[in-house]
Amino acid sequence: MAQSDQVVDLSSPGESEYEEINEILKKKFNYREGFETKTQVETFAKGINEDVVRAISAKKNEPQWMLDFRLKAFKHWQTMPEPHWAKSEYTPIDYQDYSYYSAPECGACGDACSTDGEPEIDPEVAKAFAELGVPIAGDDANVAVDAIFDSISVSTTKREELEKFGIIFCSFSEAVHDYPELVQKYLGTVVPYHDNFFAALNSAVASDGTFVYIPEGVRCPIDLSTYFRINEAKTGQFERTILIAEKGSYVSYLEGCSAPVRDTYQLHAAVVEVIVHEDAEVKYSTVQNWYPGDDDCEGGILNFVTKRGICEGANSKLSWTQAETGSAITWKYPSCILKGDNSIGEFYSVALTNRRQQADTGTKMIHLGKNTRSTIISKGLSAGRSDNTYRGQVKIAPSAEGARNFTQCDSMLIGDKCGAHTFPYIEVENPTAQVEHEATTSRIGEDQLFYCQQRGISEQDAISMIVNGFCKEVFSELPLEFAQEAEELLAISLEGSVG
Amino acid sequence: MLLNVQNLQAQVEETEKQILKGLNLEVKPGEVHAIMGPNGAGKSTLASVLAGREDYEVTDGSVDFDGEDLLDMDPEERARKGLFLAFQYPVEIPGVSNKLFMQTAVNAMREERGLPELDMFDFDEYAKEKIELLDMRADLLERSVNVGFSGGEKKRNDIFQMALLEPKLCIMDETDSGLDIDALRLVANGVNTLKNDQRSFIIVTHYQRLLDYIKPDHVHVLYNGRIVKSGGFELALELEENGYDEIIKQHQDA
Repeated sequence: MAQSDQVVDLSSPGESEYEEINEILKKKFNYREGFETKTQVETFAKGINEDVVRAISAKKNEPQWMLDFRLKAFKHWQTMPEPHWAKSEYTPIDYQDYSYYSAPECGACGDACSTDGEPEIDPEVAKAFAELGVPIAGDDANVAVDAIFDSISVSTTKREELEKFGIIFCSFSEAVHDYPELVQKYLGTVVPYHDNFFAALNSAVASDGTFVYIPEGVRCPIDLSTYFRINEAKTGQFERTILIAEKGSYVSYLEGCSAPVRDTYQLHAAVVEVIVHEDAEVKYSTVQNWYPGDDDCEGGILNFVTKRGICEGANSKLSWTQAETGSAITWKYPSCILKGDNSIGEFYSVALTNRRQQADTGTKMIHLGKNTRSTIISKGLSAGRSDNTYRGQVKIAPSAEGARNFTQCDSMLIGDKCGAHTFPYIEVENPTAQVEHEATTSRIGEDQLFYCQQRGISEQDAISMIVNGFCKEVFSELPLEFAQEAEELLAISLEGSVG
Repeated sequence: MLLNVQNLQAQVEETEKQILKGLNLEVKPGEVHAIMGPNGAGKSTLASVLAGREDYEVTDGSVDFDGEDLLDMDPEERARKGLFLAFQYPVEIPGVSNKLFMQTAVNAMREERGLPELDMFDFDEYAKEKIELLDMRADLLERSVNVGFSGGEKKRNDIFQMALLEPKLCIMDETDSGLDIDALRLVANGVNTLKNDQRSFIIVTHYQRLLDYIKPDHVHVLYNGRIVKSGGFELALELEENGYDEIIKQHQDA
């Protein structure tokens, strides 16, 4: 006891300047997606073994090739160590303490295998999505939605309208049944099952995700989106998403995520594979708002995600934009393999950490083709006692004649107990390449806030003005509605409600 | 009466060290008051307490501002009611343009006064007028707030903000510190341009030299948390000649 008192005493001088900011951040935190849905669910008993993998596959009535893929991955996963190289601390996860399949019982009856007409959506689940503002009834004209609740997709809107263009937009489970040749052609080609520990785990126990196919020359007329909701305690969500853009096509795809407030970790290990063919363009945007855990490091989502795309054809373009505000731990590096000549990769990221959150995020740009270009704009905001790390790799292969990269990496500290870190890895193996890296660090202090207040600007407006000014470059890349949502999210995550 | 300070007592919140020990000050519309005094007398504390900085706690006394209880207001409320503080060290805000910053501030002020918001175009015009009035550089608006500004530029930016916000009372907290003679003259010209029969100034300074350019109506000597002597401009000249020692001695003897 005496010792811990002393520690407190030692740390108190010099704290006063930030006490108030820390107070504001603490008391105003307000996670409005934190409600829980209570409905009849079927949840597998905790634990993972070959039988569980087989049971998941059986549950989804999968063909043999999919089961084989899972088993191969599971076998390999068992030989791999859990990675701990990221700048985040967590005790090794007990994988036997999680359940690997959970679905609303009623929703489960709408499984791909037994679909006769419209599947029924569990009313409680529908209510949850309504509360989250996700238009699962297809009533929003500008967007098609795939809504995923724990392990399964409960609704996919506007499918018929999209079919007229030859666009496939369905859950991953349905794609396995309805478009097996396409899934087999692309599954694991960008992120192989043995790629990394969490990708292997995902390949073994993949729950649901979204499958998107844009045929040649088609410009997808509306935004496609997926909303991921993890509800059950102690479960994992292992979504698998594949997006294919054929020659000369275009699509803008958005995803959003949230989870209830819980005092135990929930696991989210997703794999996303994007294939962009010649002259095609894919814009992939994410607003991640998983539950971040509380002040004492209790609960929250462990977000271990492998997202990777390949610009397969010449002149293709892949753009990742992410606003990351949630998760207790984030481990995520959306990447581009620039294989086609003149292909373009972009990564725009805002990552906000507060309280005890730990984020280790960034990107990889692998330049293989000639005159390939990549742009990385990363904005990290750290508040509370959080740690925010940018980790990025730019690799220029010997074949990448004339390749160019521009990286800008800015960090902002809010308060004096948080950390910002930058780890850029640059490998250049072609002398004609040009690689630029810029980095800045700044800080919001009491003095800045008082200065703003003295000019008549409220504390809350001052914080969002400073933060939004900082993030502007990235938000301008998000689709309009998403940009607004991201701005609001930042405001909520940082300040909550002032009087 | 624009500002009426009675028996103001304040301490540093953290250490509870008392700095202001019963200070009285009355400022009428259009008046220019200079507060002078040796280091550690409480000059900057007075400026901070009036602006509402939370590092200080008022333990006694009252401050009436334009008929309202100033001490009851948040810092931003005081600003919106027309109290402006020119900072000794203006703060940098990276990533926020002066334009956005001042448009936000001006609109907060206009809302308080029941005026409609200025959109980007209206604000541009309004700001241009002020820039011309003060003979400042047009690129001022495009730059991030005080980032990469020289000491003189920062102080001029404060004067520019003062012009935009049109306050009733301007408190200049050692604005002259660290300025060379040209910058000092520019700042003084700005103040003289903005001075009128409604707008009052409290000029907090250690040296008399700023007062050569901005003629005060009243000069007060602050020592040990109280105003120990008041007079006209001749008091400033007297201080310049004899220093603070004599007044301090008198006060200590008394």
